[in-house]
Parts: sequence; C-alpha cells; structure tokens
Amino acid sequence: MSYCKQEGKDRIIFVTKEDHEAPSNAELIEDDPNDPYEDHGLILPNGDINWNCPCLGGMASGPCGQQFKDAFSCFHYSKEEVKGSDCVENFRSMQECMQKYPELYPQEDDNDSAPSGGADNAPTASTSTDSLPTSSPDSTPAATENPAAS
Amino acid sequence: MFKCKAVWNKLAPLVRASSTLCLQNARKSVLRHGRRLEMVQKAQMSSGPAGGGGENTLYYVLVGATCLGTGVYAYRTVSGDKERYNERMIDLVNRPKQGPRAAEAVTEVVAGSKEEPVEEPTLTEAPVEEPLVTEAVVEFTESKPVTEPLVEASIPEPIVETLVTESVVEASVPESIIEVSVTEPVAEAPAVTQSEEPLASVVESETKPTPVIIAAHVPEASPVSESAAVSEPAPAAEPVESTAAHSDVPEHAPYLLIGGGTASFAAARSIRARDPGARVLIVTEESELPYMRPPLSKELWFSDDPKATETLRFKQWNGKERSIYFQPPSFYISPTDLAKVENGGVAVLTGRKVVHMDVRENKVKLSDGAEISYEKCLIATGGVPRNLQVIDRAGEEVMKRTTLFRKIEDFRSLEKISREVKSITIIGGGFLGSELACALGRRSTDLGLEVIQMFPEKGNMGKVLPEYLSNWTTEKVRKEGVNIIMDAVVKNVSYKNDKLEIKLKDGRLIETDHVVAAVGLEPSVELAKSAGLEVDSDFGGYRVNAELQARSNIWVAGDAACFYDIKLGRRRVEHHDHAVVSGRLAGENMTGASKPYWHQSMFWSDLGPDVGYEAIGIVDSSLPTVGVFAKATAKDTPKAATEQSGTGIRSESETEAVAVTLKAETTAPPPPVQQKEDYGKGVVFYLRDNVVVGIVLWNVFNRMPIARKIIKDGEQHADLNEVAKLFNIHED
Repeated sequence: MSYCKQEGKDRIIFVTKEDHEAPSNAELIEDDPNDPYEDHGLILPNGDINWNCPCLGGMASGPCGQQFKDAFSCFHYSKEEVKGSDCVENFRSMQECMQKYPELYPQEDDNDSAPSGGADNAPTASTSTDSLPTSSPDSTPAATENPAAS
Repeated sequence: MFKCKAVWNKLAPLVRASSTLCLQNARKSVLRHGRRLEMVQKAQMSSGPAGGGGENTLYYVLVGATCLGTGVYAYRTVSGDKERYNERMIDLVNRPKQGPRAAEAVTEVVAGSKEEPVEEPTLTEAPVEEPLVTEAVVEFTESKPVTEPLVEASIPEPIVETLVTESVVEASVPESIIEVSVTEPVAEAPAVTQSEEPLASVVESETKPTPVIIAAHVPEASPVSESAAVSEPAPAAEPVESTAAHSDVPEHAPYLLIGGGTASFAAARSIRARDPGARVLIVTEESELPYMRPPLSKELWFSDDPKATETLRFKQWNGKERSIYFQPPSFYISPTDLAKVENGGVAVLTGRKVVHMDVRENKVKLSDGAEISYEKCLIATGGVPRNLQVIDRAGEEVMKRTTLFRKIEDFRSLEKISREVKSITIIGGGFLGSELACALGRRSTDLGLEVIQMFPEKGNMGKVLPEYLSNWTTEKVRKEGVNIIMDAVVKNVSYKNDKLEIKLKDGRLIETDHVVAAVGLEPSVELAKSAGLEVDSDFGGYRVNAELQARSNIWVAGDAACFYDIKLGRRRVEHHDHAVVSGRLAGENMTGASKPYWHQSMFWSDLGPDVGYEAIGIVDSSLPTVGVFAKATAKDTPKAATEQSGTGIRSESETEAVAVTLKAETTAPPPPVQQKEDYGKGVVFYLRDNVVVGIVLWNVFNRMPIARKIIKDGEQHADLNEVAKLFNIHED
C-alpha cells in the first residue's frame, strides 16, 4: 500500500508499482510545432537544415565545415532518383578536407575508442539531447542516412 | 545640539569680551606706539630719531621673524602631509583588488608631488603584484611568463590626460618626475635584479630635455609608450620584444569571445554553424584550450588509467573514452591566420586577459596592451572560486596548503597532494565539495588518507535537497569513507607544528594537512566598469535580458550571466549544461536569431554508487517539496543497485551488511509501515505558488524531457502523484 507523510514543508509519498500502473490523468499542454522559441531537430519547420543541431556535432563548425555544409545541402535538396548522385564532387572535396585532419575526423570505425574529434558527448547519456551531442566518428554516412530515414 | 547651543551661549559673551579686549589692547598698543613715536620724535628732535627707530626695528624684526617662522612651519606641515598621503596611497595600492583606482591615485599623487627623492624608495618597496599603470610597463611585462599577467592600464587615457595637464601646468621639474614615476613602476615588473638598471636610466631621463616628453605626452595612450621607450636607454631592447609579442594578436575579430570555457566554446560552435565563414576569436586567461569541468571532480578521479591525470581522458557513461578538451588542437586555427583563412574558423588566444572594454569604439584592450576591435562580443568570463575570509587572512603558510578548486591545474595539484599527505579537509557541502569528498573518500583506504568534510548545513547538499534526502545523502557520503562534520562554521585556521589547525565556532578543533575550499563561485565582472555594464546585486554577474544581451553588441553567457528566464524569473545558473545552452543561445543571437532563453538547462551529480540524480529548474531546499518514491522492495536494496550498475566495488562489504538486514525484514509479512526508509528511486517536485519550478530525478534516468515539459507548462497540478506517474519510476 502506498502511503504518505509530511516532514515540515516537505511531503513524501511512497508508491507501489501497482498504484502507478493506472495511466496518469495529469494534463500536459500540447506543444506548438511552429513555436519560434523551441529548439528544433535536424530539419527546421521550413525544410531547411538546422546546422546548429547538436546532433551534427562539430561537423558544420570545424575546419571542413564549409565543405560539409555544401555536400550535405546538396544531398538534402537533391531531386535525383538516386538521392545525392549529383553531389559526388561535393562529397569528394569534403572527404579530401577531412583527410587533412585525421585527429578530428577519424577514418576508423565506431568501435575504436578514437580521440574526441568531432564527437562531443556529455558525460551522461540522458543528457545527449540537451548538451553537446553524440556524434560518431563516421558521421558522414550516418548524416546522409538520417534524412533518408526521416 | 542643545548642548552646543548652551555652550556657545556661555562662551559667546566671553569670546566677544575677549575679542573686544584684544582689539582694545591692539588699538591701545598701536596708539601707544604711535604716540610714542610722536613723543619720541618730539623729544629727541635734538638727538635724532635713533631710539624711536630702534624700537620700530625691533617691532619689525619680531613680526618678520614670526611670519617667517609661520611660513616655514606651514611648509613643513604641508610637505609632511603630502609624504604621509603618498605612503597611504602606496598602502592602498598594495592591498589586493584595489586595482586601477589606487594605481591612478598613486600616479596622480606622484605626478603632482615635488618630493621626488622620497618617492623612489617608497615605490621600490612596493611588491611586484602592484597593478601597474602606464604603457611603459608593457615593454617589461612582455618578457615575463604568461602566468603572471599584470593588470594593465584599465585607465591609460585618463592618466595620460592627468599627466598632460600636470605637465602643462607645472614647471619643468615635475615633468621629469612624471617620467621618473612612469619608469619607477616599470622597475617593479621584472625580477628584482633588473631594478638597478631602470633606476640608473631614471636618473638619466631626468636630465634629458623635457620638451621631448611634453610633446610626446600630449597625444593619446599608445604614443606614450613610445616616448617612454625612446627616453630610456635601459629598456631599449624591450620595445622590440613588445612589438613581436603583439604581432600574434589580430587587430580585428568579427566575433570576439572573452573567456575560453564551456559557454564560449558552445557559442563559437553555434556562430560557425550559422554564419558561414565566420571568424571567431576566443581570448582566454588560461593557458589551456576550452575544456569541460565536470570530469575534474568526478570521472577523472575514478579512472583506472594511471595516466589519466596527464592525458585528461576519461570513460563516459556509454563506455566511450574521450578527452575533457572539447576539441583537439587541430580544430582551431592560429590567431594570426584568422583574418586570412578562406572559410574562417575559431582561433584561441591563450594566456591573455581582457582588462578594458571600450563599448563606444567597439574594442577591447588586453593585459599586454594589445587592442582588438570587434563587431559582436560575448563575455563568458565565468568566475573564480570564493575563499573563506578566515583563510584569506590566515597567512602564507595556510594559503600554501589550501586549494581553490576550479581548473585543470587545481585538479592535477590536488591529485598529487592526495598521494602525499595524510589528511585532507574539504570545507563546503555543496556540489563540488561533496563530489570531491566522495572522490577522495574512495581513494582513502588505498592511500591511507583521512578525508574530512565540514559544512554549516545539517547534511550534504543541504541547500539543494529537502532535509530527508540530504540526510540520506550524508549517510551515503559517509559510507564512501568521508568523516563528515555538520553544523561546522570555521572560525579560524592556523598553521602549527607542520599541520593546519581548524577551529570551529563551537570550539571543536580539527587537525589536517591540506584544505580544499569549495564555498562557491564569485562571478568575474571586472569589465563591467570600463564597459559600462550593469551588475546584478541579488545574484551577481552581468545583468542581461532574456536574449542574453547586455548592450547592443554585447552578450553574456555561462556562470557570469544573470539573465531573465521567461518561465522562472531572473536567475544566474552555475552548471555545465547551462553554460552549453546559454553559450549556444548567445551564439545564435549574435548571428541574428533573437531567441530568448527557453530550453531549460539541467544538471546532475553523482555521489558514490548509490546516489546519482539529475535535476532541472529551480532546485532550492527552502521551497516546499513533494517527493514521490518507489516503495522499497527487495529488488531496490543498495546491493542490488550496485550489482546492477557494476560500480562501487569498494563499498560492497558495507552495503552487503545493510542488504542482509533489509531482506530479513521483507520476508516477514509486510508491515504497514517500513522501519527504515530507503529513498532508492523517485522524483521530487519543488513548488513555488503551487507551480512546479524544479524537479529532481532521484536515481531515475532518461526522463529529463518529461521533466522539462512539466516545467515549461508551468501548470498548477492538483495531484502531483499523477504527475509522478508520467515518470515510470518503478522501471529502469
């Protein structure tokens, strides 16, 4: 049985699992998807790419930021049948740039405990959406896959 | 008042009487003299005016001597006063934090005084740390190592003006004094050995033609340094050095970020993401590239890697290893390349402090005299750890054995000390104090180290958690091997027999080898004066609006920003995530966004294997709270928790004992009320006028978005148990 006690101004409630099984009747306000103040994900409401998304990590802000933005924008707006097939040049120049900074853009797999370059993780996993992001070293293919998935 | 009046009434007639008497006497004596003169003259017409003349001469001699004596006395008193005044000014300057004001007073006084020989000895006695005044200093400071940036002339222009007016008004001698005074402080800057030479040069400059100096003084600040350099043979080598040192500082930075911490880096990233090709310059006092602070009091202490202290790498929650530096050095470009690089970038200027901000001209001045103009500026200067007054006043031996923990060097130094001493005392029961106590407590058995933590509250996190949770936390910290002393107000700290002795207000005496003071942060608002920025009197820090803007082109983020939170009111937050969120927001607004602070930042803390919580909003223990906890079952024993998380090897033996007793209790038919409350998992709501303004997620993770939503709504919920259901606290 759940019970409750009061210690001065503080109230303490102990609840069993059964008591919390019934769905909550607490009312939450519905979110406005067009709220200008809200942080947005990777894609903004108007369809543009949110370069400031924590999910991109340092990709858009690093030394190869411009090349990354060109390549990714090209892919995003590509209307070809094979999406991004007209963007090969952009991706190539991005790859070239990234090869100049192996510390920042490691070419190895995820499994290696690579230096932090490009990957900024907040120490707690649950804060990943809030603080600096989790981006894997080979975020290039991941990034291109995300829009396809969404 | 009445007394005065009564006294005055009594004295007045006396005074009047005496004054009239005086006058009468005077008149009489004058008349007498006059008559005597006449009489004498009449009488001695035959013998000549010798006698009367004699009397007259005596009179004149007496009066003359009196006048002369008075004059000499007055002169002596005035000059003596001036001397005493100068000494007092030197004293003021010697006191820390008197800074530019005192320095200005010193120069004015020195410039104005005629007691030149007296000045030299008093000034040479001044310690090296004295905030120095003119740009002539610049040349000498260049050669000094980065770790001692001297406070540069935050008021070079007014002083030059003072000097100019002085030199114009006074005679040529004071002008050379000005030159002398300029070079005098310069002598202090380098090591003592050099002081001989500048003094010699000082003597020489005196004899140099003063018109050169006057002409040079009239134009503004920078030429002064040149003229000073020109007139001094000894520092001839220095000007060359100074220009060389200045050359790595860009003259202009479209985006200037003052401070090189978390908020600054987040802003840099945000600016670069939104403004293609942006050129961002970060100026930091530290010698390190931007890094994150939380691991310095948590993960780095628990690392298995013995080289962790050097490499500053740690393992995250998800097992992935990373460095505390946000980005490796290859991410940044060099400050000299900032203007040239095609696509822009982020440059970091380390070891330089911004000491003056000219908002009208949109430029700042660094500690080495270099000037940087900007278009948009962010102030993210953070703060410095507060110290206890009793330690500040306790003397050098105590200060040497005290750590104020904030930077990488503090971590490295404390880590080394923890391996060398036998006893460490942490003063402060908040986040930093408790985390450090746990970290050191964990090492205590291996190192044979006694760890003591003392604070004025009744329990750890006493100002954050409600009393029952605070007590529970204190027990956990004790289990980590920390000797906790509550209700402890430090009255006095002294150094005796190679140990530190801490005396508490209630008389208790604690002996220890080293002290860590974790008693809060003082926000750095030194630029407020020169920039004309408002400082908040309630929370400290620069006062900014909801968009983090202080003035037209100036934003403030991080620990130093006292901002308006639309939902929760004006506040100042000293947490890591807030630095990231506010830095990012400031960067957005610097690139034209105009968004207010809306995404609520969170914070977290881990104290040992049993206590880990995340929190959001205003979490102040003085607010009424409602806590909803999962009722303890056999599954939620501390042992089960440690087994699940796979941590806490050290404290396992103790937790096993506790778990056994609990298990025995629950196998019997469950009593209606449990004997011992175990606040294993739950959620605590902090209320203000019945609205939830803060939430603590106690040992439940990955639920922050729900908590954020509840605070954003700002609704008055009738039954908070229903709200708690949204968190599913019984599940992992």
